[in-house]
Amino acid sequence: MELHDVWFVLIAVLWIGYFFLEGFDFGIGVLTKLLARDRAEKRVLINTIGPVWDGNEVWLLTAGGATFAAFPEWYATLFSGFYLPLLIILVCLIVRGVAFEYRAKRPEENWQRNWEQAIFWTSLIPAFLWGVAFGNIVGGVKIDAEMEYVGTFWDLLNPYALLGGLVTLTLFTFHGAVFASLKTVGDIRVRARALALKLGLVTAVLALAFLIWTQVDTGDSWSLGAMLVAFVALVGAIGAIKVGREGWSFALSGVTIAAAVAMLFLALFPDVMPSSLNPEWSLTVTNASSSPYTLKIMTWCAAIATPLVLLYQSWTYWVFRKRIGTQHIADAH
Amino acid sequence: MDLALAPETLARWQFGITTVYHFLFVPLTISLAALTAGLQTAWVRSGKEKYLRATKFWGKLFLINIAMGVVTGIVQEFQFGMNWSDYSRFVGDIFGAPLAFEALIAFFFESTFIGLWIFGWDKLPKRIHLACIWMVSIGTILSAYFILAANSWMQHPVGYRINEERGRAELTDFWLVLTQNTALTQFFHTMTAAFLVGGAFMVGISAFHLARKKHIPVMRTSLRLGLITLIIAGLGTAISGDLLGKVMFKQQPMKMAAAEALWDGEAPAPFSIFAYGDVDKGHNKVAIEIPGLLSFLANDDFSSYVPGINDINKAEQEKFGPGDYRPNIPVAYWGFRWMIGFGMASLGIGMLGLWLTRKKFMLAPGMRTGEDEVPNLVLFKRKALSPRFTKWYWIIALWTMGFPLIANSWGWIFTEMGRQPWVVYGVLRTRDAVSPGVSQGEVLTSMIVFTTLYAVLAVIEVKLLVKYIKAGPPELTEDDLNPPTKIGGDSRDPDRPMAFSY
Repeated sequence: MELHDVWFVLIAVLWIGYFFLEGFDFGIGVLTKLLARDRAEKRVLINTIGPVWDGNEVWLLTAGGATFAAFPEWYATLFSGFYLPLLIILVCLIVRGVAFEYRAKRPEENWQRNWEQAIFWTSLIPAFLWGVAFGNIVGGVKIDAEMEYVGTFWDLLNPYALLGGLVTLTLFTFHGAVFASLKTVGDIRVRARALALKLGLVTAVLALAFLIWTQVDTGDSWSLGAMLVAFVALVGAIGAIKVGREGWSFALSGVTIAAAVAMLFLALFPDVMPSSLNPEWSLTVTNASSSPYTLKIMTWCAAIATPLVLLYQSWTYWVFRKRIGTQHIADAH
Repeated sequence: MDLALAPETLARWQFGITTVYHFLFVPLTISLAALTAGLQTAWVRSGKEKYLRATKFWGKLFLINIAMGVVTGIVQEFQFGMNWSDYSRFVGDIFGAPLAFEALIAFFFESTFIGLWIFGWDKLPKRIHLACIWMVSIGTILSAYFILAANSWMQHPVGYRINEERGRAELTDFWLVLTQNTALTQFFHTMTAAFLVGGAFMVGISAFHLARKKHIPVMRTSLRLGLITLIIAGLGTAISGDLLGKVMFKQQPMKMAAAEALWDGEAPAPFSIFAYGDVDKGHNKVAIEIPGLLSFLANDDFSSYVPGINDINKAEQEKFGPGDYRPNIPVAYWGFRWMIGFGMASLGIGMLGLWLTRKKFMLAPGMRTGEDEVPNLVLFKRKALSPRFTKWYWIIALWTMGFPLIANSWGWIFTEMGRQPWVVYGVLRTRDAVSPGVSQGEVLTSMIVFTTLYAVLAVIEVKLLVKYIKAGPPELTEDDLNPPTKIGGDSRDPDRPMAFSY
């Protein structure tokens, strides 16, 4: 295994970390409309991720920075090619971050309601668009001999990618509902479980269709294995929430996300962005990667920093391990 | 294509707008994190309530500000790929590494510990909670260091080779990229300038409340901390600026000649106070100068030779081929002056303030004030300023809040525009760095979207800051004074509301 292969795996790990963590953040954002009955319940939901959403989002920035450093051509083609969807995602992430911080900083009804609307939409849209983006990466897009994306914005909205978007949206919302059942107390917890069950079933149908499509198009025996893990874990997560085992359900919905992302990367390898025009023009782990020296330095950095990050981020979850309910939300702002 | 709407021009405008905007929040975040951490340390060590109230007050303003710093920073991470894909392809092997280090080491640190600090008042023992804000502060400083190392490589590329086969620059010595003198001096200069912003911010807001005789113990302490910060940072900015100038005279003589509108080399070379020139013909029509000073600033020698814009342009044409290697000279010239002018004006106001509010030195006993009194502004030993002048000092101090921000912005505009036409000095031209596949319409769309969004957010942010500034430090509660002793919080009452919730 050469260093660029190691970095392919590490980039996959960063995306798994991002979707696992911000997946439930996005889900919580969507649930502020789907699950919460009043403002107090909305606030309970938002506060389950309050201390952690910012740290979770850094997984995206790290995935971006690491792709820049380890696969500059991939970074350049991807972000210049998927220009408008990425612009929409960035706008959402900007507004979403401000919305969390500022929502409670003024008492006016309008102010709070607007930020609550913002939290819902800016969680829903990226949750959908990330799936569209990955559908396009795996499915292949129009890339020319110069590694430039030559398709249009509308080319990105093909059926396969749109299905991918629906999968991430439902999967993240399911993951968020399980997280909500794990982190809340009282009536909302009971309803979170019931909703999670329904969302899980919808997710299962969509995910099965998308993953089989992927497997048929670009899969190999490895990706088949990952697909089976993803599906078994999803069924397990649904079963666990049905019998009220919230911790198990959350762990398994996490495994589902990890295995599904792993499957996409396995289906991709050794390409990083296949060209639908000519396979010769595809970006691969070799023609898109940095020099061995840069990859070596990056490997050292990742080997030391990543375990530390995992350690102190896990500690954060431990510090805020108590469940919260409406009684824990103070009126003051 | 119309030059004003050429993708390169649009991409540059967009980078300028998003980056200058982002950098309005960055220096205040860096300095307020450390100052808040300092105040909280004072609270933990002394147990004096005024320090806790000050921590909560400045901490709240810090949080309102860092939220904007964080979200506008996300754009920075991705816009190299969006608008500058050829740049990313050419330099990614080098430039990507410090960015990835920044995310992996600094961003995680900052973002994780800020969550712990915001929500941790009733979940963490006092000292661990204090450690969290220090971690945030360390994170902000590390972040600045890595991104400045990356920028310094664009100013003065080192530790790389050109790989002709792959058509790109490749890293050969990462340590050199991190420790070259451009990176170290630029880091020193940017950090001190950041604290200039935080110091002036504290002084201005304290002055606002003291002029109204409100929240006196907290604001008196804050005023003093702000003034001392302002002076140390101001002197540091001047020293580091001089060092950075000397480095730049050697590494980018064109930038410095443009900063001085020095058209033709001279020995000794004068420092320009005011110039009005003809860029096409390459000379000044009006010039007011201090003889020899520029030679000293460049080389520590009042009579040394400093090359001019025309000389360097000719030399670069011989080296890199035909073309115009001059940056926008009026922008470089005036940007340089506004940077120094606004920066040093705030230092001056800080020095004046520290003298006027001194506690004992050269002060008649009757002029001294206690902890809960507004300090007298005393010019001479026995002579306080009249109420009218006192009021004026407080007003000037309030307005000075904006000065270091203006200085910081112009500093960056100067240093980036002064490097043109290069994006990586001597290696890659800006016009060769833009994304070839991104259309004019796409760049225009994103520029309009970001500019509009940023304008709206600016209004929201400033209004919130004003609201919380006017509200002053909060009253302390029983819970504030009795922090938990166990991690995760004391379980006295399972239904107790959270100390802080969104």
